[in-house]
Amino acid sequence: MTDLVWLIPVFPLIGFLINGLLGKRFPERTIGWIGSAAVGASFVVALLIFLELLGMPPGSRSVQKVVYTWMLSGDLNIPIGFLMDPLSMVMMMVVSGVGCIIHVYSIGYMHGEFGFRRYFAYLNLFVFNMLILVSANNFLLLFVGWEGVGLCSYLLIGYYYEKKSASDAGKKAFVVNRVGDFGFLIGAFLIFVTFGTFNFTDVFAAAPDKLSYGGLPATLITLLLFVGATGKSAQIPLYTWLPDAMEGPTPVSALIHAATMVTAGVYMVARCSVLFALAPVSLTTVAIVGGATAFYAATMGITQFDIKRVLAYSTISQLGYMFMACGVGAFSSGIFHLMTHAFFKALLFMAAGSVMHAMSGELDMRKMGALRKHLPYTHWTYVFGTLAIAGIFPFAGFFSKDEILLYAFQRHLGFWIIGAIAAVMTSFYMFRSVFMTFYGESRVDHETAHHLHESPPIMTVPLMILAGLALVGGLVGIPILEHYNVFGHWLDPVFAPAKAISEKAAGHHGDHASVALEFLLMGVSLCIAFFGLFLARWMYVTKPSVATEVAERLGPIHKLVYNKYWMDEIYDFLFVDSIVKFSRLLWKWFDEGFIDGMVNGTATVVRRFGSILRELESGLVKDYALSIVVGVVVVIGYLVLR
Amino acid sequence: MLTLQHYLFLSAALFALGVVGVMFRRNLIIILMSLELMMNAVNLTFVAFSRYLGSIEGQIFVLFIMVVAAAEVAVGLAIAVAVFRQKGTVNVNEVNIMKW
Repeated sequence: MTDLVWLIPVFPLIGFLINGLLGKRFPERTIGWIGSAAVGASFVVALLIFLELLGMPPGSRSVQKVVYTWMLSGDLNIPIGFLMDPLSMVMMMVVSGVGCIIHVYSIGYMHGEFGFRRYFAYLNLFVFNMLILVSANNFLLLFVGWEGVGLCSYLLIGYYYEKKSASDAGKKAFVVNRVGDFGFLIGAFLIFVTFGTFNFTDVFAAAPDKLSYGGLPATLITLLLFVGATGKSAQIPLYTWLPDAMEGPTPVSALIHAATMVTAGVYMVARCSVLFALAPVSLTTVAIVGGATAFYAATMGITQFDIKRVLAYSTISQLGYMFMACGVGAFSSGIFHLMTHAFFKALLFMAAGSVMHAMSGELDMRKMGALRKHLPYTHWTYVFGTLAIAGIFPFAGFFSKDEILLYAFQRHLGFWIIGAIAAVMTSFYMFRSVFMTFYGESRVDHETAHHLHESPPIMTVPLMILAGLALVGGLVGIPILEHYNVFGHWLDPVFAPAKAISEKAAGHHGDHASVALEFLLMGVSLCIAFFGLFLARWMYVTKPSVATEVAERLGPIHKLVYNKYWMDEIYDFLFVDSIVKFSRLLWKWFDEGFIDGMVNGTATVVRRFGSILRELESGLVKDYALSIVVGVVVVIGYLVLR
Repeated sequence: MLTLQHYLFLSAALFALGVVGVMFRRNLIIILMSLELMMNAVNLTFVAFSRYLGSIEGQIFVLFIMVVAAAEVAVGLAIAVAVFRQKGTVNVNEVNIMKW
């Protein structure tokens, strides 16, 4: 089966080609099911390969398959090759599995939309690129997928391209991503210069020898790679595109900006764990940036009224958790959280989409309330997602977040404190959104209330599947005895080299936390989560006026956070405005003034010269006779005087 | 005594007058007459040289020139008639539409 790994990205590519090129006359159902079946087929192949890998002994679970030699020039050999190891199989299954569910949901959600076929074509193209990204066996092929998902993100965010805010958001996403990609590319080039190859296994095997621990090359490479990750995964400072990306259709937000594309940065950092382990400065940077982002984004989630914005800031915050996990050396915890986050965040977005669908497109939570009577399935699945993200036992988020907080605590108390405060805020703003939307007094306006209806099964069944995964998905990470969980064990071979490097440098084996400490921290996490729940309930159900009072009391602070710390405006002032002014200058002065001037000027000179010469053609024969005489005189004069 | 130089000066003067007439006169017929004048001046030059060098070739060439002059006048007058029929005038300053 591993020989057929190339089918995994190729199925969605075929779906894209069929829907894109031939789908003009197909009915909606056909287009939708072709798209979903393509991704579903990828999932089946990935699952089969996963089972095959399971059957192998743990040490040898790394299979490469080269399908084609893309570039061959001297030292440079870039194949189209796939790497099947525990990490990439997890990613492939998450991407194709959650992707398939979202495709099916989209058939219902996008019903009646004008660009239905375009949507599914782009969505399939996106899954193709994402699968290339996670299955590539070398940096350059990964970058192909990396750029591809950026492109599809732009296309899908700008899906409603006639709306200016949507097309602006698409451009913003692409440009901010590009800044990150620049860093990634320089890092990849440095890798080639140092190692002579782009291939993962070769680079990581040679890394401990070629790169000195804590040395400049290692630090530089990993920092540059991390810059790419901040762009793609919306961390400080390149996160500003993600809230705006909510202009796209909700399933797009679910797939791209929650479950898959934004996790590409985390995957990349995890994949390069060996390189990061050799550069402790970078690792700490990753942890600090991740923690800071988790905290910072959570503060903004508290004040937003747009339900999708809340989820967007939540995504940025959770991604911060994943990076913090990688930064403290707990790579498998980061990936575990990636997987559970994919489940519950996709669920939350799609349930929010279901709410919007019922509310005829309204997404301001101030205009919702008491919707649980009208939308039972949506309500319960959204609550499941919220319980998961808040980290309440036994939902998935509890296990993954708890693991991260445990490792953070071991690394440095500061990380745990930031993580814990962010957890409180996460629980609070998520339950705030639950209570504002589904409980309390109905603030729905009359017209919309007429059309309130639960979504059709094609939308609610995917929600229920994901809700089930949000419930049980964490069980693969249950700590059995000390520090031992199925998921971590599965990913161990991938991260073992990095772990060995870190432990060698630290001079001792990592401290294994005592069972007591684990249970203590678990208990604290639960208390934090419930505190957030009850605070939200008090503020939004029992005494709704408290919310506005607090906002008034904390006037200036509230204003600062509500306006997203004016980061967009600051970036505009610092970077965007000057670049736009410079572009305008180049346009008016150089392109129009100079280049066009040169071209037009040449034409003008020729025309003027011509209009002078033209006077010779007077049409009078006597003038021509004169010129003959002049010519004769000149010639004879020359001959005589010579 | 009349030397060669006298004849040559006369020819040159006649030729110059002819050229001036072709360049500066407005009437097409006058221009044709000036053209004839130029040719006759050349004839005079040839005959003077023929007498001076004692060779008969000069005078033979004069006969050829006269033939050509006659043919040319025929054609030239035909053109003048055609122009007059077209334009109603033989003023060459008016025949100027082949211009920019």
